[in-house]
Amino acid sequence: MTGHAERAARFAADEPRAHWHDQALWFVRLKRDRMAAAVPEWEALRERAAAVKAHARARLADYLEQFEREATRRGLRVHWARDADEHNAIVHRILSERGVTRVVKSKSMLTEECHLNPYLAARGIEVVDTDLGERIVQLAGEPPSHIVLPAIHKKKEEIGELFHRTLGTAAGASDPTYLTQAARAHLREKFLAAQAGLTGVNFAIAETGGIVVCTNEGNADMGTHLPPLHVACMGVEKIVPRLADLSVFLRLLARSATGQPVTTYTTHFHAPRPGGELHVVIVDNGRSRLLAEEGFRGALACIRCGACMNTCPVFRRSGGYSYAWTIPGPIGSVLAPGRDPVAHGSLPFASSLCGSCDAVCPVKIPLHDQLLARRREVVRAGGQPLAKRLAMRVGGWVLRHRALYEVAGRLARLALRRLPRALLYGRWNAWGRQRELPAAPAESFRDAWRRTRGDGRG
Amino acid sequence: MKVALFVPCYVDQLHPQVAHATVRVLERLGVEVVFPEEQTCCGQPMANAGFAADAAPLARHFLEVFGGFDHVVAPSGSCVSMVRNHYGAFLSGAPGFDRLRRGTWELCEFLTDVLKVGELPGRYPHKVGLHQSCHGLRELGLGSPSERMEPRFSKVGLLLSRLQGIELVSLSRPDECCGFGGTFAVAEEAVSCLMGRDRLADHLAAGAEEVTGTDVSCLMHLDGLARRTRLPLRFRHVAEILAEATA
Repeated sequence: MTGHAERAARFAADEPRAHWHDQALWFVRLKRDRMAAAVPEWEALRERAAAVKAHARARLADYLEQFEREATRRGLRVHWARDADEHNAIVHRILSERGVTRVVKSKSMLTEECHLNPYLAARGIEVVDTDLGERIVQLAGEPPSHIVLPAIHKKKEEIGELFHRTLGTAAGASDPTYLTQAARAHLREKFLAAQAGLTGVNFAIAETGGIVVCTNEGNADMGTHLPPLHVACMGVEKIVPRLADLSVFLRLLARSATGQPVTTYTTHFHAPRPGGELHVVIVDNGRSRLLAEEGFRGALACIRCGACMNTCPVFRRSGGYSYAWTIPGPIGSVLAPGRDPVAHGSLPFASSLCGSCDAVCPVKIPLHDQLLARRREVVRAGGQPLAKRLAMRVGGWVLRHRALYEVAGRLARLALRRLPRALLYGRWNAWGRQRELPAAPAESFRDAWRRTRGDGRG
Repeated sequence: MKVALFVPCYVDQLHPQVAHATVRVLERLGVEVVFPEEQTCCGQPMANAGFAADAAPLARHFLEVFGGFDHVVAPSGSCVSMVRNHYGAFLSGAPGFDRLRRGTWELCEFLTDVLKVGELPGRYPHKVGLHQSCHGLRELGLGSPSERMEPRFSKVGLLLSRLQGIELVSLSRPDECCGFGGTFAVAEEAVSCLMGRDRLADHLAAGAEEVTGTDVSCLMHLDGLARRTRLPLRFRHVAEILAEATA
């Protein structure tokens, strides 16, 4: 079975590229630091955001029902989907009943999670992603590699080549402004021709029954202002109790995500446009199961800012695809094994447990503790190879008995000192591929202590 | 004051000079050091790999060995954090556990928080890069991590900066992980080594002659990478620097 380590090794093997990826994301992390530092009450805001999310989570059903009542009163139409299949079927039914065959979509990780695009494409509906990064990966036939920066793994030269092939831009062109203009002209045609706009939902407000969508390119607005039909897809966890709570999250979201003071376009949808329709599809798809997991329900607070990915030293050097799941990085490594601890069993181990993700998370999800807890689950579920299970069992047993530990220590030091290099650095030794082993001393600390201080004080 | 010295297994076996230096620093400050010989390993390798059932007996063993002392001191932030932050999963409610947890210290924080060492008369004329090991930094709070917007401090940096002649170099990424991460160093060898080489490059670019830190594990990983490519860097645990500087 191929896991994160093998996929990451392939990404890291191209070291200049891995460094370029690392630098690009670190640049965003630094921007985030500057923006967060400019808010004196930053840590208090994080506390507040975590508290609001915890409260909303504890009364999730109540707030969702309140949202439905208020939204319906305002003329929105609310649909409920248990899982991805139901979600896709509902969206398809809404579109097909109105004869829609051309849809523009703004960024939504939920629809990625539900694999909505291929579902609709297979039923004769063209879905065009309108976020520039999303459009790039869509034209390349790839999923996003990051939830906020979907095409961060691509260099501008590669995008130039892709646009030359798909949009007819000049061969060899890699100037970002030129390429962006070309994409804009191409998307403009799609916006004008669209019969419906699909969006995600960043926040749904129980108190008012409205939804809020944040984009930096205004593409959600373009996609929903022209066509008469707007379908918004949201996970159940997107609910916030009151309109006043929004300010907390809007201050945290853009700063954490991209290091901007605020997202360029923050659009409130509190009614369908005159003569139009606004549908909200509320999706569970495993979220209530996560809610029932005591040690992990905090992960539902995630506002999908991607800060944990930008700060994660492993993500930066292994790329989003190495996680092989819709949501990569630390938060994805907590969420994915909740769906299937064996299939996604390598993800909780794709971390050095450095804890940077916790410290950067705007809603204070204790990510590295949850990764550790997921490791225990994976082990319990039998998701680790026999060799490792045996090594841990034997190692634990030896370390439990002082005399055995001392003998093992002596043997290990002797081996390190006496064995020929060819043997020490054989294929079995993953430590030694790029690293020297420590130079073992003749005497352990405890031996020296016994020798010099063997006076019963110990 | 009497303290029990906790020498992590790999320090005992592979880097005994760090434990000797720890004893010298403590004794020079008038502390009586005892070494309970029944100690072995805190169980972190098993616990961090998710093997709770294999780690639990080691946690119980640790409590048996160290439970009777007011203070336990170790030259390893990571192992101390294991006791303080992760033993709850195995020992919650066990008699003496709360006292053990409260009384287990990483060397530098023991010096600053318990002994309240003000001045360290010592001299260390070298350019030193401080590697802030993640568990010491973010789990024990030995310093303020760069992600958090709060007053900046570093207990280790403060101790070192008081030595005469020392120059602590400025890193472009002051607290990025070195990539050791226990079994991560082997299981994710490729990324682990890339992370380590990036740390080394940062220290070299900052002009460091030596790299120090509170955790031998991180230093062992960085040293292993540096020796393979013959980088001009020396690696010394902070206890070694303090012991030499104050000799």
